[in-house]
Amino acid sequence: MSSNTELEPAAKAPPQRPGDRVFRGLSLGAAIAILATLAGVAIFLTAEGIPGITASPDEVKSGESFLPYVTPLVFGTLWAAFLALLIAAPVAIGVALFISHYAPAKLAQPIGYVIDLLAAVPSVVYGAWGMVTLAGAVRPLYEWLEANLGFIPLFAGPASATGRTILTAALVLAVMILPIMTAICREIFLQTPRLHEEAALALGATRWEMTRLAVFPYARSGIVSAAMLALGRALGETMAVAMVLSASGVVTLNLISSTNPSTIAANIALSFAEASGKTVNVLIATGLVLFVITFVVNFAARAIVNRRKEFDGAN
Amino acid sequence: MTTTLKPSPQGDLSADLRGAQLPSWAPKAIAALAGVVAVAGWFTGLGPVRGIILAWLIAACLPLWSVMIEGKRKATDRLVTLLVVSAFGLAVIPLVSILASVIGKGAQALSAEFFTYSMRNVVGEGGGIYHALVGTLLITSAAAVISVPIGLFTAIYLIEYGEDGRLASSIRFLVDVMTGIPSIVAGLFAYALFVIFFGEGVRMGIGGSVALSVLMIPVVVRSCEEMLKLVPNELREASYALGVPKWRTISKVVLPTALAGIVTGITLAIARVIGETAPLLIIAGMTDSVNFNLSEGRMATLPVFTYSSLMQPGVPPEPSIERAWGAALVLLIIVMVLNLLARLVSHYFSPKGER
Repeated sequence: MSSNTELEPAAKAPPQRPGDRVFRGLSLGAAIAILATLAGVAIFLTAEGIPGITASPDEVKSGESFLPYVTPLVFGTLWAAFLALLIAAPVAIGVALFISHYAPAKLAQPIGYVIDLLAAVPSVVYGAWGMVTLAGAVRPLYEWLEANLGFIPLFAGPASATGRTILTAALVLAVMILPIMTAICREIFLQTPRLHEEAALALGATRWEMTRLAVFPYARSGIVSAAMLALGRALGETMAVAMVLSASGVVTLNLISSTNPSTIAANIALSFAEASGKTVNVLIATGLVLFVITFVVNFAARAIVNRRKEFDGAN
Repeated sequence: MTTTLKPSPQGDLSADLRGAQLPSWAPKAIAALAGVVAVAGWFTGLGPVRGIILAWLIAACLPLWSVMIEGKRKATDRLVTLLVVSAFGLAVIPLVSILASVIGKGAQALSAEFFTYSMRNVVGEGGGIYHALVGTLLITSAAAVISVPIGLFTAIYLIEYGEDGRLASSIRFLVDVMTGIPSIVAGLFAYALFVIFFGEGVRMGIGGSVALSVLMIPVVVRSCEEMLKLVPNELREASYALGVPKWRTISKVVLPTALAGIVTGITLAIARVIGETAPLLIIAGMTDSVNFNLSEGRMATLPVFTYSSLMQPGVPPEPSIERAWGAALVLLIIVMVLNLLARLVSHYFSPKGER
């Protein structure tokens, strides 16, 4: 107690200068502005969305009440994002492994840049590419799938004549989420303790066995959170789906036919310009649903990452 | 394709201990053979797709050969190496294809007229992207003017004031979550905000800036925070020891040290939002005329111009589609140049002591 009182004068805060107060106020204000923005996004979307949720069917363009309107869209959003993740995840893990453990050290960094270039391409360019180049290129593949694997409901067809199906949209989404997933996986693979790897190799493991024994167990939670962050991206991606997909608001698992479920984001982009009155509120309400879905996914992903940080101390 | 396999360091000495091995030139030979077949297939009318598939099948013979001579474990290892290399090859294909289609289809649209004319009163051929260029530059600069101070000061708060307090860690977490806000939701937010003040059907450029800021602020915060973290604590303490107040320490010592990194981060953030389409489609809308006023009426931007010329080409469609690819090429060039600039700044101006 006495030592505390003796230390008091030394521990006293330095004289508060006006400049200090202003600077502290500014930075605290900026930090709080971010909280306010995030709260604002939720509040304004809710305020403008609620009239849409409660709107009666004859007030809106679609002629449906909110729940039947949004359900196929939610299905399409989740389905397209899931397909994209299914395609992108193995490739992303492969590329990340290539950069972190397989490529010659000199090449690893330039290769990382090349993959990062994919992240820099604007979404509208992806949309244009998917709509024109990719949709044309995959058409023969879809015809082949229908002819040879048509007994599986996924490929029941009839194959779309334009190639602009949910599978094409998912392929474009997969390319778009590839860089972020690769970047996170690469960082995590590089953090694998060197001693674990060398211990595995010293016991006679091949490079793949070393990867399986030392790298993957260490990186598992990181891979999961990378996948979820990528999923969050895919859920909210708008332009690629809006441009690639010719949608017709149905719920179907058929990947290659010309009737496809739309996604929330694409539906907003396509209908917003012509919407008026309560229809706008309905669209904003669907945006709120999308916001909640992506928020939950990102929240879970970040929680996993943060939990992992706590583990790190024990390692 | 498998040239990255390192030759076994043990050499022949341990050969009897480890069983039979493929010769060390085997992966290279197979890779060379696959490459030759791919190129030959391309020129003999098989086309690039079949050529690549054929080459891959040849490369897949290496694990088969290996399983016959070296056994299952080594063969699995070689198979995984092949798969990992193929994953990289697979990721490069879309990049090459995108660049090829955008450059191939967009290059012919570029001309002096393309950059200096708007689309006002243009039907069919002619016209250009001047109005969209103006809109993109104005909206993005306004977004940067909003985001950079907020983002930078938040990063300063997180590193210099909040440190590991509860407010700071919750802000860190929320910034991470904010990174995941879908761009279209940001656009809807800006619309919902502006509709309260300006009534239904509002379209204005500044709304686009607000939407882009929502997307840009978290990126700026994250990169600035990383950079401020890298500033050595000794510099701060030396400054405090000389009796310099905290705010002057931050503005005269910490920020200049981290400047290169901060500029890099901001440039990358701008590059990220300059290509955003969805929020601008919602709140900035589309017009054929030049509009210099951020707070009045619709404003064309490059991404939205690309989108609408491609989706509603009008009659005849060809000139509009050509303009769309031209605009996409210009947008791609802007983004790539910004990325390159960011890399150059961080390469040449970052403090040398860190390396």
